[in-house]
Parts: sequence; C-alpha cells; structure tokens
Amino acid sequence: MRGTQRQYLGRRSSQPKVDIANNIILYVEDVSVSFDGFRALNHLNLYIEVGELRCIIGPNGAGKTTMMDVITGKTRPDSGSAWFGQTIDLLTLSEPEIAQAGIGRKFQKPTVFPNHTVFENLELAMAGTRSPWRLLVARLDGEQLDRIAEVLRTIGLADRRDAIAGSLSHGQKQWLEIGMLLMQDPQLLLVDEPVAGMTPQETERTAELLVSLAGTRSVVVVEHDMDFVRSIARTVTVLHEGSVLAEGSIDDVQANPRVVEVYLGE
Amino acid sequence: MTQSKSLLGTLWTERGSRAFYAVLLLAAVLVPVLNLGVAESSALHVPTYTVALLGKYLCYALLAIAVDLVWGYCGILSLGHTAFFALGGYAMGMYLMRQIGTRGVYGDPLLPDFMVFLNWKELPWFWHGMDTFWFAMLMVLLVPGLLAYAFGWFAFRSRVTGVYLSIITQALTYALLLAFFRNEMGFGGNNGLTDFKDLLGFDLQKPGVRVALFLASALALGLAYAACRAVIASRLGRVIEAVRDAESRTRFIGYRVENVKLWVWVFSALLAAVAGALYVPQVGIINPSEFAPIGAIEIVVWVAVGGRGTLYGAALGALLVNYAKTWFTGALPEVWLFALGGLFVGVTLFLPQGIVGLIAQLQARLRRPAPPKEASA
Repeated sequence: MRGTQRQYLGRRSSQPKVDIANNIILYVEDVSVSFDGFRALNHLNLYIEVGELRCIIGPNGAGKTTMMDVITGKTRPDSGSAWFGQTIDLLTLSEPEIAQAGIGRKFQKPTVFPNHTVFENLELAMAGTRSPWRLLVARLDGEQLDRIAEVLRTIGLADRRDAIAGSLSHGQKQWLEIGMLLMQDPQLLLVDEPVAGMTPQETERTAELLVSLAGTRSVVVVEHDMDFVRSIARTVTVLHEGSVLAEGSIDDVQANPRVVEVYLGE
Repeated sequence: MTQSKSLLGTLWTERGSRAFYAVLLLAAVLVPVLNLGVAESSALHVPTYTVALLGKYLCYALLAIAVDLVWGYCGILSLGHTAFFALGGYAMGMYLMRQIGTRGVYGDPLLPDFMVFLNWKELPWFWHGMDTFWFAMLMVLLVPGLLAYAFGWFAFRSRVTGVYLSIITQALTYALLLAFFRNEMGFGGNNGLTDFKDLLGFDLQKPGVRVALFLASALALGLAYAACRAVIASRLGRVIEAVRDAESRTRFIGYRVENVKLWVWVFSALLAAVAGALYVPQVGIINPSEFAPIGAIEIVVWVAVGGRGTLYGAALGALLVNYAKTWFTGALPEVWLFALGGLFVGVTLFLPQGIVGLIAQLQARLRRPAPPKEASA
C-alpha cells in the first residue's frame, strides 16, 4: 500500500505524508459557516478522491469561495469537520501549515508577486525551506533549478524568465500562478476560476494542463465557464445556498430539474 | 512602480552601493587626516567638533538603514525605532557612567552622581556588571534585541499591520520615554546620563579618541550596510519583499509571515541599538528625550527623503536632513519643525522615490533624450 501511494503521488520527502488509505484525500463533513446571520455554508458535505479532477459550479453566493477558505484555513467554520487524508485535521492548522501539508490554492484574481521576476515567483513558491535562518543561506541546487526550468516550460513563460511579474499580461499572470502552484508540489490543488480573462487558446492549454495534473494529484476547480467545465470534468458538484444540490457527470447535472431551476430561475 | 523597481534595480542598486562605499571610505580617510594631520591654522583643518558631528551623522545613517530595512523592504512602518536606539545608548551610557569612578562631583567610587544626589545607598541590581566593557556591549544588543523580540512576537502573531502597528510602535517608545523620565527607574531621570570621562581608558575629550569613535561609526555603518545587502540578496530577502507586496499570498504558499517579520524586525532593532551605543560617547549624553516619538518620525522622514527601499538612499537622507537640521537650529531654530513637516509633505507628493529615485529618473532621461524615436525603434 505504502509503495503504491508513493508512486501514485510522486511526493517529496520534505512534506508530511498524507494517509489516503480509503482513497479519499479530502473530507469536508457537515460544515456550516455564517457571516452576520448569512449562511455561506449550510451543512456542506464534500469528498474528493485521490487523483480526481472535480469541478464545482454554482450561482454567485453559493459558497464556493467560502468552501475554499475553510479548506485552506482562511475561515474557521462554525461547525463540522475538514480532514486532509485520514489523519490531518485542517481545522487545527494555520494557512502556512496547510500549504506545507500539501494543499495549494490558486486565487480567483491572479495574485503573483508583482515586483519579483517570474523566476523569483516560482522560487518563492517552491516546496522546501521555509525557516528564515535557513533561507538566509540557502542556494538553489541543480535539481531545483531544473525543476524551475521545467515549470517555466510547462507554463510557457521560459522566455519571460527575468521579466517583472507585474508586467505580464492577465493570461500570463494566471499561468504564472498555476506555475507557482506546481512549484509547491501539492497533493490537492484548489483552483478558483482559472480561465477567467483568458483567450480561447489559453483556455484550451489550461484545460490540457489541469487534465494532465489529475491522476498524479487531486484537482478541485471552481469555474463558471460551462464549456470549460464540460471539456475537463468527469464529476461535477453543484453548490446552492451553501450545500450540495447535485453531483454527477456533466450531462446528468445539466439534465437535473433542480439545477435547471436554480440556474434559470434567476 | 514595477518600472521604477527595474530601473532602480538594474541601474542603481549596484552603482548606488558602490557610491555609498566610496563616499564612506573617502570620509574615513579624509576626516582623520584633515583633523589630526593638518595644522589648526590651515583652511583645510577639520575641527574636532566637526569630527564628532560627522560621527553623529554616521550613527543616524545606521539608524536610517535599520528603519529602511523594515519599512522599505518588509513594509513595516516603524515609528518606534528610537526605543531600540535609545536603549542601546543607555547601555553604553551606563558603562561610561561606571568608568567615571571617583572623578564624579560627589567622588563616590561606586555610585554615579545622580544616585548620590537622590540619596541612594547602593547600586541597583541592573547596574552591576555594567563597568565591564564586554558585558555592557552584550547588554547593548541583548536588551533592545529582547524587547524587539517580545514586541514583535505579540504584534506579528496577532497580525497587527499597517497604521495600527505604527501606532503601537509609537506607544512603545512613548511608554519608555515616560518610564525613563522617572527618577525611581534608576537611569538618571530627566537629566539622563552624562559627564562621561573615558571609554576603555581613553579620554573622550582627546581628538584622537574622537577620530577613533568616528572611524568605529564608519566601520559599523559599512558592515551593517553590507549585512543588509546580503540579507536582501538572499532567498530570505525575496521572501521579505514578498511579505511587503502580498502578505496573505505569502502565507498561502507556506511561509509563516510572522517569523519572517520577526527576523527582520529583531535584526533591524539590533542595528539601531548599535547606532545608539556609538552615538552616546560622541554626543556625551543620553537622556529620555532620545525616546521621543517625534524622533522616531524624523527617522522615517530621513528615509523617505533619501529614497526608501534602497538603503543608500536612507543613509543619504539621514545625512542631508540632519545637516539641514544643524543649519536650521543654528540659524532659524523656530522654523525647523515647519521645514521638517514641509519636507515630508513635499517628498510624499513630488518625490515618492526620494532623492535617489529622482537621480535615477534624471539619468534615465539623459540616457535616452528622444523617447518617441525609441518607441518607433
């Protein structure tokens, strides 16, 4: 079992191992969050399998971003539980601890470090050393440089390596942020609206990349673009008013009368 | 913003550093020679008074780069660095007081004059050991360092940022100001510590000793500058700037932002403490007014005027503003505070990158005199 896990996830030894004995990497159970009386999440249940590519859709205010905030430690729920694998209780960890445990997040608005170069953005995100004293003396070794070069090629920014990230186009920033996510080498990627503002070609490449990542990692994508969702998703979860309305293949979900009502009724 | 960084980064950072070292080295050679080697009657002679004044400016420059490191690079606007500066100064002052011995007004071999005056019978516990140079120097670093650590630990863990953090740093230095005013604290109250005689057995009034202190300040400034540059050039430096630009993003890629901030904060406080310790023997007094919040704000003005986030700009700003202050307080003392305020408003409005930013801009303009041509090419 242990051997297959290793092979499956291709983990670095620096991160704690996630116990995925039941083939489920993320458990969100009965989670509720209220803001000033508004129920952003209402007894939400969500299970993500190892290597799965899951799309989450839902109208505005359905709780998609709040759900990501709970998983990454930004928001603490009023009740419920969230576990990463069998053993890591996400509700007891801080944001950096969750990131180090192996959950990476790409934000809706691209948030790269605008005054650093593309290369430095990737270097910052790279899994590994996080202590100030060690960072003071740390130098990139050959393997790490290769890894950055590889990601630069993957995200198509190899020729912009030394450009200041703030000078990139919107689509390039989205790609750089995906690259930073890859450098973190997470087991679970949470990706919020990855193709917003992208050209059709860029969207297509993003779809290819996300599909290629699934299998070795688990990927959760929040997206409004239904064509994009159709092109990548095997399983789609529909959120509505803070809980799951429907779950299944894209065709099943689109044929579901309650989903149609929620989307078309507005 | 991004353009100016690339401009400053590629054209100026290295060149600015080289200019900084060159000027510092030149001063370290010329000032001693012109003071000790040239006859007093000569027009080229630098009086000992000026040597001490320049030494004081060097201490201010060191204080300014300490503030620039936390403000310009990590985004922490400290309005309380006077606390660390003055505590370092007090530790040095205590050592110098203990060196006076029987030469004080009251001639008490153990107690400093102010304690005799207050009718104290024995030395307070925290004055013990301060007659030993190495121990006093250890305290110069340890006391401000521990205060910075404790303050930073609480402030950064509770994620106090921005204006709120600046205000509590002001409160910190103000609280110390009030505490040190009290005679019962055992630091000479309102009058502070003064009337120093000698340091390591050398008479502080001798020109040679003044020059040595000036050189020690220049050396400390040069080493601190190089250390800050090394920190910024390291991977830690990139994380520090990442915290400044996008704090929560840095957290989401796995950095404990509070630890990064704490590291820079304590490092910067130690530099300020060293500046304070070198400052006291050169000005001959340390009193609670060094804790004054207005002083902490002045440091920020120096850094802003010179150009923040460059280090050499901070040193330049400290030099220029203090020269202006010396001139104003001599010629037009009542105008100085207005000039300082006007300077800060003016720089904020018209020179967001400070003087070094202006120089970089002018250079860039000179280098490509016809921008439309370049655009077509």
